[in-house]
Amino acid sequence: MRRQAIPELTYLQAISDGLREEMRADESVFCLGEDIGAFGGAFKVTDGFIEEFGEQRVWDTPLAENAIIGTAVGAAVEGLRPVCEMQFADFISCGFDQLVNVAAKLHYRQGLAVPITVRLPSGGGFSGGPFHSQNPEAWFLQAPGLKVVAPSTAEDAKGLISAAIADPNPVVYMEHKHLYRRVKGEVPEGRFQTPLGEARLAREGTDLTVITYGAMVLTALEATDDLDGASVEVLDLRTLYPYDRDAVLASVRKTSKVVVVQEATRSCGVAAEIAALIAEEAFEDLDGPVVRVTTPDVPIPFSPPLERAVLPQVDDVREACRELLAY
Amino acid sequence: MASTPATAKGTAGDTEVREARLTPDDRRALLRYMLLMRATEERALTLYRQGKVPGSFYDGRGQEATAVGPAFALGPRDRACILHRDLGAHLVRGVTPGRVLAQMMGRATGVTGGRDGNMHFADHQLGCVQMVSMLPDMALVTCGLGIAFQMRGEPRVAMTWFGDGATANGQWHEAMNVAGVRQLPVVFVLENNHWAYSTPNEREFAVDPVERAGGYGFPGVKIDGNDVEAVFQAAADACARARSGGGPTLIEAETMRMHGHGAHDDMSYVPKHMFEEWERRDPIRTYEERLSADGIDVEQVRASVAEELERETKWALEQPMPDPHTATLGVFADGDPELGDGQAPWSRWSGEEAGDS
Repeated sequence: MRRQAIPELTYLQAISDGLREEMRADESVFCLGEDIGAFGGAFKVTDGFIEEFGEQRVWDTPLAENAIIGTAVGAAVEGLRPVCEMQFADFISCGFDQLVNVAAKLHYRQGLAVPITVRLPSGGGFSGGPFHSQNPEAWFLQAPGLKVVAPSTAEDAKGLISAAIADPNPVVYMEHKHLYRRVKGEVPEGRFQTPLGEARLAREGTDLTVITYGAMVLTALEATDDLDGASVEVLDLRTLYPYDRDAVLASVRKTSKVVVVQEATRSCGVAAEIAALIAEEAFEDLDGPVVRVTTPDVPIPFSPPLERAVLPQVDDVREACRELLAY
Repeated sequence: MASTPATAKGTAGDTEVREARLTPDDRRALLRYMLLMRATEERALTLYRQGKVPGSFYDGRGQEATAVGPAFALGPRDRACILHRDLGAHLVRGVTPGRVLAQMMGRATGVTGGRDGNMHFADHQLGCVQMVSMLPDMALVTCGLGIAFQMRGEPRVAMTWFGDGATANGQWHEAMNVAGVRQLPVVFVLENNHWAYSTPNEREFAVDPVERAGGYGFPGVKIDGNDVEAVFQAAADACARARSGGGPTLIEAETMRMHGHGAHDDMSYVPKHMFEEWERRDPIRTYEERLSADGIDVEQVRASVAEELERETKWALEQPMPDPHTATLGVFADGDPELGDGQAPWSRWSGEEAGDS
């Protein structure tokens, strides 16, 4: 069946749309989380869901993150496909035990699939402060058994939520709050999946590659749109685990210069992993050091000038690219 | 110490519960599973001392009745998350002693194929989900199983076991609360064996956990955890109530951990008189006396268990170690392997009522 393009959904509408399509198509899919029912979710991703699907399939849970993830694991091994919402990505710390100790390891230990999706509204840029702005994706990369995705476009937001629900493993779905209403794009109607583990070339180029994901894809595109005539490739990872090694290495071999950009803090993050891969596998292809642009190792401050000072800005990316191009 | 017979009827409002009857064969089976648990664990301890069991060793000596009794109440399509002191529950569901011993020795044909050790196993093809060391994490997973049954309108039960120490953890509260809010078809079996590793009850909680059940909106019953029929009866009542939409039950089975937390633990912190008291209440010996008085041939059961264990041990010792090349396989699932149904030896499930679970 040919998919029809419809004009412009926001990133947030695309997530809702994907989720709604999956719930309509498959009775085993259900949502659980805090304030997702009558209120429609803190960000309104599940707005109207309780009216359409009822309170059994749109469960307003008690304020208990381990309960959200733990009960999702139980329901999943009994054949349901739960989609958990953490009200903010930051609150995953309160459900971390169930995610990394129970959900992530069950298949390796017991051979039992745990098809749960955990949605994490993440990221900063709007004075959320230290507990409503974090990008905790690297935590999950140290918990084998979890897949992690981070869409940057409306189309991928829909395609990846569907793929996450279909996958028989626990998938952490990072949805960047700053993209919710800022990003719009054409999104095909009907059900479709963006394959897990496949990066997307956001822009082709030949002089330098920016490798990034989530909200930083926009930042990278803006920073390199007109960069002294340089041809800059932007690779959107989309899936952070298992990430697209082939796409990363192919781009490095093409441009020989790499800037890795992440909004998360610096140490042992996705950018560090990508830089390490390039150092191991593509050292001979490099014409300069791999450069990281990240938030420094600091909690995310509240006040706008402080927050701007730590989150990677367009100028930071531009400057890093300029320096590397001149290397 | 008086044991209060568990009558969920008294606390379950107008929800009707069935009387749980045990035939002579059922009673023989209860004894058999308790004996098999003890014999398997004794053999495993020997293998551990011979250096054949890597890592550490944990058992449930003295807790055979709290393991076997509740599991015996489960129907084939019910589900369970079993704790590390409850080998007997796995045996009831159909795991063979040979696979248990192979599991403890890290063999390829152990229940987890060497992926996890000691009592950290469960056979999903027998309807069980494997515990983790963080306690009582599986109480929440059990609630999730119950949510699936509830959403689909199925008359099925999810059961889990946890210890006295686990009731001090925040996830215990989350599980009790969720079960109460949704009135889930869940049976919580609290094995109060008096010691959370070396920490006694009075340092774990100020209020007996069974008294907290009411605060979560469902009944709690306290029973003699060394009386296998009392434990079974309480569990059967709780299961019947859950199955008919009456919600969760917390069963506190009072028992005693007669061995250390692990084989390395000499239990120097336990007063001697406690061992003496609980040795007198040994769940197997007391049940044997009861069955003998009722004319059941206990020796025959013992002999059959001994014979079975020899055969199973021989098999386990012949099993290969896992291939090191497989160590990195299976982190992710390719398909959706599902939970299967467990063995349900209680005669009720082979009778005319067997169709409703």
